[in-house]
Amino acid sequence: MSSVSTTAPNGARPVRRTWRLPITPLIGFGIVITYVSCALFAPWLAPYGEYQVVSDVPFGPWNSQNLLGTDQLGRDFLSRLIYGARNSMGIAFATTVVAFLIGGFIGIAAAAIRGWFDQVICRFVDSVMSIPDLVFTLMLLAIFGSSVWNLVLIIAALDSTRVFRISRAAALNVATLEFVEAAEARGEGVFWKVRHEILPNIMPILISEFGMRFCFVFLTIAALSFLGVGLQPPTAEWGSMVRDNAALINSGDITPLIPAGAIALLTIGVNFVADWLLGKSSGAQDV
Amino acid sequence: MQIITSTDVVTKLLAQRLALGLLSMFVVSVVIFVAVNSLPGSFAAAVLGQSATPEAVAAFNQKLGLDQPLVSRYLTWLSATVTGDFGTSFTNRPVSTMVMPRLWNSLKLAISAALIAVPLAITLGAICVRFVNRLPDRILSATTLSTISLPEFFIAYLLILVLAAKLQLLPSLSTIRGSMGFADQAIRMILPVLTLVFVTLAHMMRATRAALLNVMAQPYIEMARLKGEPETRIILRHALPNAIGSIASVVALNLAYLIAGVVVVEAVFVYPGIGDTMVSAVSNRDIPVVQACALIFSAAYILLNLVADIIAIASNPRLMHAR
Repeated sequence: MSSVSTTAPNGARPVRRTWRLPITPLIGFGIVITYVSCALFAPWLAPYGEYQVVSDVPFGPWNSQNLLGTDQLGRDFLSRLIYGARNSMGIAFATTVVAFLIGGFIGIAAAAIRGWFDQVICRFVDSVMSIPDLVFTLMLLAIFGSSVWNLVLIIAALDSTRVFRISRAAALNVATLEFVEAAEARGEGVFWKVRHEILPNIMPILISEFGMRFCFVFLTIAALSFLGVGLQPPTAEWGSMVRDNAALINSGDITPLIPAGAIALLTIGVNFVADWLLGKSSGAQDV
Repeated sequence: MQIITSTDVVTKLLAQRLALGLLSMFVVSVVIFVAVNSLPGSFAAAVLGQSATPEAVAAFNQKLGLDQPLVSRYLTWLSATVTGDFGTSFTNRPVSTMVMPRLWNSLKLAISAALIAVPLAITLGAICVRFVNRLPDRILSATTLSTISLPEFFIAYLLILVLAAKLQLLPSLSTIRGSMGFADQAIRMILPVLTLVFVTLAHMMRATRAALLNVMAQPYIEMARLKGEPETRIILRHALPNAIGSIASVVALNLAYLIAGVVVVEAVFVYPGIGDTMVSAVSNRDIPVVQACALIFSAAYILLNLVADIIAIASNPRLMHAR
């Protein structure tokens, strides 16, 4: 990692401070970078196409042509796993971004404006949050149907309530500090206050929360696809890959566990990074 | 100065919590009702198909009262629901006969999981605190940290792979029927229950550990140590009773999570519970069934939080003695 030289407070002699990462975020970054490259370079990495049927044997065994065997329709399992990184992560990422745009914007606005605007939104969010997430998502999917767009919008809308909570709380903490009051006294407007005083101060919390929410959204989409109401076939998605090939488990074949393991590993990796970011921003020691 | 007796305070708090629970339930029912009624297209189109004649649609709407204004429809629906009548599904069967037996199955699953997971989590959490920063604590903490983010179906299939496929100890499917004997049903329930225990254990154990460690930093714990009390006794007699309130709220939160976990676990093991019912209703877009399931899940969620609140109040001795 990078090393920076700083001057000691008394200015006596320069101290060479090496900025090093602890082991867990390092592992986390490693995992995330591997996954992202899989997603970005899927067409070059995958030996076959996402929908390409390469064998007339369903559930083919592992061999030199199909390293991880074939799935229920004779498609290459490894290729679908690699394309799955693209679909699963891409959609989860898009959903999280939408959730943060909605929730973050309204949350910070509520903290900056306060008053009845804040109260109304808070009560609304409370009432939405009193229904278990997965159950609410399932209900809305039943009402609107499970297309990719509906999936993204429904999960993003429900998740934005959590983002609203955390960004409002974080912004409220900053908004009551002296330097924001000073800005108010100078006569700065709400937008200036948010842009120059609040946002820079809550950014570390929001970034770390982004990681956590991404994991949550990613797991939700995987669970929904696993249940058969998320991403629809023939799109390669890790949750639905587990579901479609689950029968293999009974004969002791571990192939269906690989996408499930891929899901688990990514959430662990992102959690490691987000945890480290949060600890760094709050200055807390590792627990 | 007015004298407030302990029972007054406790009753008042309990009444407040109950009222709050009822209010949440009301709000949830409104949210669900509004969501369902925002269905694009109409109920009639969903049931009768797009090619239905206008007369048929009008007759259908009148039969279901869909021509009434929204508020009166809500009140009709609410009063029917409160008496246990969830209406008729799109498959023309009464929703309550579809949902209720399944609800009982799910409750069996969730309660068995809770009965194992909660005491186990508290015991393990206490063990962590007893040996804090030593080997047992490190092993348990590291294990829970890594299992905390595993998806339910990963744990479920891992258990199937090891216990059902490799060791051949247990059946991998949990299709239970009422005609089966108790032992038969119990054996088939072991794997789903085990999965739910794993899914909820990690959070609850970590919360217990954190809550206990918080209490262990208090001066009266130092006092107990100075008196020469053994560490185990300090944890069980002095720390645990004071941590029960915060433990209860996390336990309730996780049991609420158990409700959602039930949905996935039932799908893995083909267990005939309410989660399974809801998922297939979602695939078929059978709105009345989905609506009833969502309402039941939410009610369970609110009830659990209410119980946690009550335990927290009951475990606070300051409220139990007259001021």
